[in-house]
Amino acid sequence: MIQLIAFYLFAGLVVLSGCVTILSRNPVHSVLWLILAFFNAAGLMVLLGAEFIAMLLVIVYVGAVAVLFLFVVMMLDIDFATLRAGFIRNFPLGMLIALVLLGELVLGIGAERAGAIHLGTPDGNNAAVAGASNITAIGALLYSRYLFLFEAAGIILLVAMVGAIVLTHRQRGDTRGQNIPRQIARRPEDATVNRSPAVGEGVVL
Amino acid sequence: MTPFFQHLGMPFEAAWLLATICGILLIAVPVMVGVAMIIYADRKIWAAMALRRGPNVVGPWGLLQSFADGLKVFLQETIVPSAANKALFLIAPIITFTVALMAWAVIPFNSGAILANINVGLLYVLAISSLGVYGTIIAGWSSNSKYPFFSAMRASAQMISYEVSIGFILICVVLWAGTFNLNGIVMAQKDHVWIINGFVANPLLFPMWVMFLISGMAETGRAPFDLTEAESELVAGYQTEYSSMSFALYWLGEYANVLLMCALNATLFFGGYLPPLDWAPLYWIPGWIWLLGKILFFFFIFSWVKATVPRYRYDQLMRLGWKVFLPVSLGFVVVISGYLMATGHFEHTL
Repeated sequence: MIQLIAFYLFAGLVVLSGCVTILSRNPVHSVLWLILAFFNAAGLMVLLGAEFIAMLLVIVYVGAVAVLFLFVVMMLDIDFATLRAGFIRNFPLGMLIALVLLGELVLGIGAERAGAIHLGTPDGNNAAVAGASNITAIGALLYSRYLFLFEAAGIILLVAMVGAIVLTHRQRGDTRGQNIPRQIARRPEDATVNRSPAVGEGVVL
Repeated sequence: MTPFFQHLGMPFEAAWLLATICGILLIAVPVMVGVAMIIYADRKIWAAMALRRGPNVVGPWGLLQSFADGLKVFLQETIVPSAANKALFLIAPIITFTVALMAWAVIPFNSGAILANINVGLLYVLAISSLGVYGTIIAGWSSNSKYPFFSAMRASAQMISYEVSIGFILICVVLWAGTFNLNGIVMAQKDHVWIINGFVANPLLFPMWVMFLISGMAETGRAPFDLTEAESELVAGYQTEYSSMSFALYWLGEYANVLLMCALNATLFFGGYLPPLDWAPLYWIPGWIWLLGKILFFFFIFSWVKATVPRYRYDQLMRLGWKVFLPVSLGFVVVISGYLMATGHFEHTL
């Protein structure tokens, strides 16, 4: 009963906030509704017993990706009239993408109805970690059976990160960087002098 | 608590619901009263270090000062700037306040006294604390005013930077404890070094604790990292346009976050509800008293730092986060996992 209520609550809110994300006029509101959708999707994951994925969803998408979205959207000065102008022209393309997504959903549900998919080794022996907690199970699979794929994904991400840094980094000659060791090594005596001049004499700097 | 209500003749679901609501109240109400008292303690400690008296008028020794302040802001008028985005402006403090209370669900107060004893307790804490930044960003943006917006940008950059190093520090703790469950982490600290309960006695984890304490100050925006509300530069930061209860919610949420950070320090490094030494007579004192004592000890450190250390410059703050804490904590993850591999610590876990 509680699970059912929770499921319909989370699922309904995901669909609702997904719709409002698209329909909302203000892009900042859109991002916030998107965050609500992520959050409720995490709730659905918890109901499925995939608490690790749920927490990752919140940490990665809500905690990092959506913050960057929000940053970008807040900084942009968006003119809504120009955005809406292309609506009719792009409508067929949008419908095409929607149809492709719908087809994939139907295909996925059909395949699921046809029987469970046995991932892992060719003999279907993928139940080695049953009964362990979520994190232990994922860790055991990632670092044993899928080690190569996992490391390959890591290398691809590393290359992408290095590439992004190389593309955006530019050397500018006119900036003066902080020399932190010099700042730390600086003592009061280096910058100030304490003199007590006689009356009427003054100080030569 | 669920078996207790079931014992009274309720069906399981009603008993579970009632037990959860009771648990939430049992945590939230003491935390709120604790926040009120801790604001008083903060002001008293700060005053003592500045050779002042601090609040001493309302109630005996000024103990009721926070409640008087609460009543005062409750009676004030809520002002919403006409150019503000009204809905978001009012939601933002509620987000901050709610998020500050949510993470308490996984803190173990005694063996078994935990509202949600989940496998991913520590990840839950990370997830919830990463939500805290939204209250600040939304407040800064929806106020439609310059200083709050600057402050929101600063706050989000600061929180994201320090969350990275906090993540690596927590990985070290998790590696040693072998679990993400906070109760399991506390139990793993029993007799950690000789008869001392707590990871902090471990020479490899002690530097991690120091970094966690400093990162915690930066994460909660406490002095010396309170650049988000640096009054000499940004008026009151993202709270500039807030008044009355919405301002009070920020105030309470901020202190609830500080208390949570103290509780995390106690739970992750100082043995949580365990006594400092594994010696039988110390176990006669209930666990929640030990936890409370440790929380108050850490809060004293937080107040002490606030009263004595001048504010960081913003570039120094970023340098500390990205160029000092991040490489050092990453290095410690490697060193600690190497040490644990070499000593066969993981043999029994898999």
